[in-house]
Amino acid sequence: MSWPINEIRADFPILDQRINEERLAYLDNAATMQSPLPVTRAVDAYYATTHSNVHRGVYTLSNQATAAYEGARQKVATFLNAASANDIVFTRSTTESLNLVACGFGDLVVHAGDEIVISVAEHHSNLIPWQQLAARAGATLKYIELKTDGTFDMTSAAAQITSKTKIVAVAQVGNVMGAINPVTALAQMAHQVGAYLVVDGAQAVSHLPVDVQQLDADFYAFSGHKMGAPTGIGVLYGKPALLEQMDPVQYGGEMISQVTRTTATWKAAPLKFEAGTPNISGAIGLGAAIDYLQQYGLANIQTYEHELMASLLPQLLALPGVTVYGPTDPALRGGVVAFNIDGLHPHDAATGLDLLGVEVRAGHHCAQPLMQDLGVSATARASVALYNNQTDIDQLIDGIKQVKEFFLHESRSNE
Amino acid sequence: MSLDQMSSLYREVVLDHAQHPHHRGSLGPDSLHFTLENPTCGDVIDVSAQVKDGTIAAVEFSGDGCTISQASASMMTVALTHQPVAKARQLILSFSKMITGEKISATDEQALGDASLLASVAEFPARIKCATLAWHALDELLQKEEA
Repeated sequence: MSWPINEIRADFPILDQRINEERLAYLDNAATMQSPLPVTRAVDAYYATTHSNVHRGVYTLSNQATAAYEGARQKVATFLNAASANDIVFTRSTTESLNLVACGFGDLVVHAGDEIVISVAEHHSNLIPWQQLAARAGATLKYIELKTDGTFDMTSAAAQITSKTKIVAVAQVGNVMGAINPVTALAQMAHQVGAYLVVDGAQAVSHLPVDVQQLDADFYAFSGHKMGAPTGIGVLYGKPALLEQMDPVQYGGEMISQVTRTTATWKAAPLKFEAGTPNISGAIGLGAAIDYLQQYGLANIQTYEHELMASLLPQLLALPGVTVYGPTDPALRGGVVAFNIDGLHPHDAATGLDLLGVEVRAGHHCAQPLMQDLGVSATARASVALYNNQTDIDQLIDGIKQVKEFFLHESRSNE
Repeated sequence: MSLDQMSSLYREVVLDHAQHPHHRGSLGPDSLHFTLENPTCGDVIDVSAQVKDGTIAAVEFSGDGCTISQASASMMTVALTHQPVAKARQLILSFSKMITGEKISATDEQALGDASLLASVAEFPARIKCATLAWHALDELLQKEEA
């Protein structure tokens, strides 16, 4: 299909501005994606017409707000192909979702001598909660190693996942290596030994179709802001039997069934995990973001972003003195690529690119164990979304050339 | 904007310090050490110093980092070697002020030497932490020494 790029870009007015007097090429979508007008309008409309607290009023506005909030939950369920909206817990972020599983569920099923398996490429948010759980429980945290191309070494996975394994937790798409990971295979391996699979979907949700039932994920976590929703809204999907088993980790209003002076009982999932007034406008914004992405279709978005990566990746690889991390075959990737310019710290590179209007991330990307394995302290990282175009890619490649030239020239004149 | 503005940040003197740093290394076990990490990028810098009779007799740094952090550390070792501890700490404070865009006295500017060229970092707020890392490490070290 021909991609309606102009129509899409018109929905993201933030893209139409000058940064440091240059055309903005926003290529830090892995950190956060911009919000389209239908999302900000949905949030505005909610505050202009419907705002009130959910699940408690007997009055009309509260019923409308509740309907909008629960309507968003249903949209998320459909988006993930979850069996029911009751399998969808609203949280603050991927991070909160993963911490909720690690505490609410991990503490129930992981005991002394057990093992938790993650990959060395995990974001700190899918690493530290398990590290802490292992420490609390007296369990061992084990790592699936990567092959040299940045994809999971499945021999290593087979060796790490044993009868002692209780939880396997991996990202569907890596936030540094950019690889699309074999989640379905890992689900089978985990289930074969009676372990549960937790998937960090932060870098997947706005880039490819997600079907939690097909993946056979026991839990699936993501953040709204990585798919065009406002910040502060996230999701935890859980299989219904597991959510029923899982304990709440926050207590307060809305999550209770009955409270006495000495005892309390909880509502059924998902409300037992949503203590206090939730992020109602955020959930409504997330619903609007889902509608927006689905209007173009996630499979089509994946195809389009793949075209962008198929243009970007070979150009990056062809630049002398540039190291690219992760798979060289764009088919194995999501829309993320980390790279370094030899002899130049990524912070220096990113400062130069910023002056040319190109916004990329530089740092350890919350993946310090992976950086240690790669033997670097940091990398630069570019990441695309459905609104990026070929001009953005050209501007990045041209920017890297200019930055390289600047530093090479300055060092030459310095010799 | 072209990369012209880069030249105000990455002056030749700055690049020279980054490529050929002064006092790069680690002083022996009888010296004081302080290690600081820039949590946003993971860069780690270790500063070691020997203080004799209230004066910094020697200061060295090690660790890898960006051009700005390496150059700044090198410039710091040049500016603060042989300074009395109290004066050094006051210059560290002045450097921190300068780097966030505050005006500092001409005397301090002169005492900072090459490091005063980093004043342009103020135009690049994201890089302030890179420039101050070594200085904060030395300040922590001297604070311990004084205590």
